[in-house]
Amino acid sequence: MADSRIITIDGLVKKFPMGGGWFTALSDISLEFGTGEFAGFVGPSGSGKTTVLNIIGSLDSPSEGEVIVMDKSIGELSHGEAAKLRNRHLGFIFQTYNLLPVYTVYENVEFPLLLLNMSPRARKKAVLEALEWVGLTDKIKSRPAQLSGGQCQRVAIARAMVKKPVLVLADEPTANLDADNSHHILETMETLNRELKTTFIFATHDHKVIRYLKRKISLEDGRVVKDEIVKAKRKVKE
Amino acid sequence: MIALKLAYRNLKGAGLRTWLNVIVLSFAYVIIIFNQGFLDGWSRQAREDMIDWEIGGGVYWNAAYDPYDIFTIQDGHGLPPSALQGLIEDNLAEPVLVAQAAIYPEGRVQSILLNGIDPGQTILKLPTAPLAADIDEIPVLIGTRMAKRTGLQEGDFVTVRWRDVNDTFDATEAKVVKIMKTNDANVDIGQLWVPMNRLQTMMSARGEATTIILSPEITDPPAAVGWEFKDYNFLLKEVRALIKTKSIGGSTMFILLLFLAGLAIFDSQMLAVFKRRKEIGTLIALGMTRTRVVRIFTVEGAMHGILAALVAAVYGIPLLGMLAKSGWAMPEVADTMGIVIAEKIFPLFSIGLIAGTTAVVMITVTIVSYIPARKIAQLNPTEAIKGKIS
Ligand SMILES: Nc1ncnc2c1ncn2[C@@H]1O[C@H](COP(=O)(O)OP(=O)(O)OP(=O)(O)O)[C@@H](O)[C@H]1O
Ligand SMILES: [Mg+2]
Repeated sequence: MADSRIITIDGLVKKFPMGGGWFTALSDISLEFGTGEFAGFVGPSGSGKTTVLNIIGSLDSPSEGEVIVMDKSIGELSHGEAAKLRNRHLGFIFQTYNLLPVYTVYENVEFPLLLLNMSPRARKKAVLEALEWVGLTDKIKSRPAQLSGGQCQRVAIARAMVKKPVLVLADEPTANLDADNSHHILETMETLNRELKTTFIFATHDHKVIRYLKRKISLEDGRVVKDEIVKAKRKVKE
Repeated sequence: MIALKLAYRNLKGAGLRTWLNVIVLSFAYVIIIFNQGFLDGWSRQAREDMIDWEIGGGVYWNAAYDPYDIFTIQDGHGLPPSALQGLIEDNLAEPVLVAQAAIYPEGRVQSILLNGIDPGQTILKLPTAPLAADIDEIPVLIGTRMAKRTGLQEGDFVTVRWRDVNDTFDATEAKVVKIMKTNDANVDIGQLWVPMNRLQTMMSARGEATTIILSPEITDPPAAVGWEFKDYNFLLKEVRALIKTKSIGGSTMFILLLFLAGLAIFDSQMLAVFKRRKEIGTLIALGMTRTRVVRIFTVEGAMHGILAALVAAVYGIPLLGMLAKSGWAMPEVADTMGIVIAEKIFPLFSIGLIAGTTAVVMITVTIVSYIPARKIAQLNPTEAIKGKIS
């Protein structure tokens, strides 16, 4: 199923300082992800979904073990190198959308391309294309405050996708959305996954999301308790 | 470029708060530029007035003369040095004889200095020509301030009592032949200008002088035995010192406003770093380094300085431009304070002054923006993304 491996997690342990001692949020996780996966970490609150996603996203680092993303060992990256990795290869989608409030839809989507020093023409083309993917070409001049939650999250998807990253990490992307919007967004991501071969990794406990996953990794107390490939997509609307 | 754009948008988004900071800062700008420009203008005018009316291209003092020691005036004169004879004959140096005296206008005694000068002199703007009047009394030229203090008017007579070189007192009648208007109070208050030869006779000091004023045309003053040459550096010292004292008042205002604006910007920045953690986390997630985010926030704060400069320009350029053209009328009281000051000061707004002020404002604003922004580097991005406090 995977063309080539883009993430290797080997014996990952994450501990957080707590009180006088340490709290183990992730213990001994070993996993691999290939290009084009549509996978998700599922599990109850506090099981470590966000923590593992943050480490893959180089926003946090392992306490023990190794996490290799795009041939880079996350634990060994400097701030600058981690920023470069995120900038070039990773897209993020957050529960709270995290759009830049002072920017228009267009500018929010354009932002990652500015960091990549892309030419204005190439930027414009990519931004309009990304907005087409999420069906928001008519809102390019709007500000985030003028959009609905679903529309905001679509802008966030366009922002994550605009540079055609290898990997998109989405932490509870539907938590603030109603059922219709959730489905709409997941369908958009699924299409992008299929057409652009972008790898998506979710962290979620939302059944609406889980239904779309092609690989489901269950976490409990920081351990992987199940890692299953879901063959048939159960695309049932509620 | 991204930093500038983002910073500008954010500042605009911050609304009233931003504009309040910017306006206070623009006041600081305009006030200091006005104040310094005013003092620079005054300084230049005072210098020009003193050159025109009092010191020419510099003054030779008789070695025994010290205007700050009243007792030396009596002895501090002598024959002009041979080195200057040629210049004196060519009207390029003008001897002045100074003597202590008293006048009795309206019966009250007032001690004054008699200044003997050649009525035909051309180095100073003093209107000395009327001193050539062929009258029995001593023709006298005084300034308007002196006229006001003594109640003397043109054509009035006044008794002058002086002590000659032999320490004997003598008295005679003088006639005010001319009242002059000058910005230079030094040649006005307490000064009576009389014909040189009359004073030399009165003092039994034939051919002698106390000071010799050089023409501004002479750029390298010759050395003269028994005489000390006083250059501009020395002669303008007092007026410079005075203007410097005046500049402290304006600077205090500037520093106060700059401090207030700086504090407000610092506060806004602290608040921004705190309130916009989520945005900071997002920027980091999108691939910005922390250093770059710190820079964005610093630029955002520093932009207050740029906006302030623009706002200051909007009202400052017409306002100050008008003042530079029409001048700033000085209150009459300034005229009586014995300082060199014109009725109207034309402020001098130099490029250096504007650039210097801009630099000071920009550096201050950048520093107060950078200090809070530095905290961003310590922010944990995973928590910042969620908007949590770390
Ligand atoms: N910075 C931190 N310091 C201390 N403990 C932390 C930190 N981040 C996470 N934890 C702990 O690690 C555990 C896993 O947290 P994580 O956020 O990964 O859970 P999650 O599976 O994403 O939960 P949720 O579904 O509620 O988002 C939790 O018990 C949490 O309290
Ligand atoms: Mg979570």
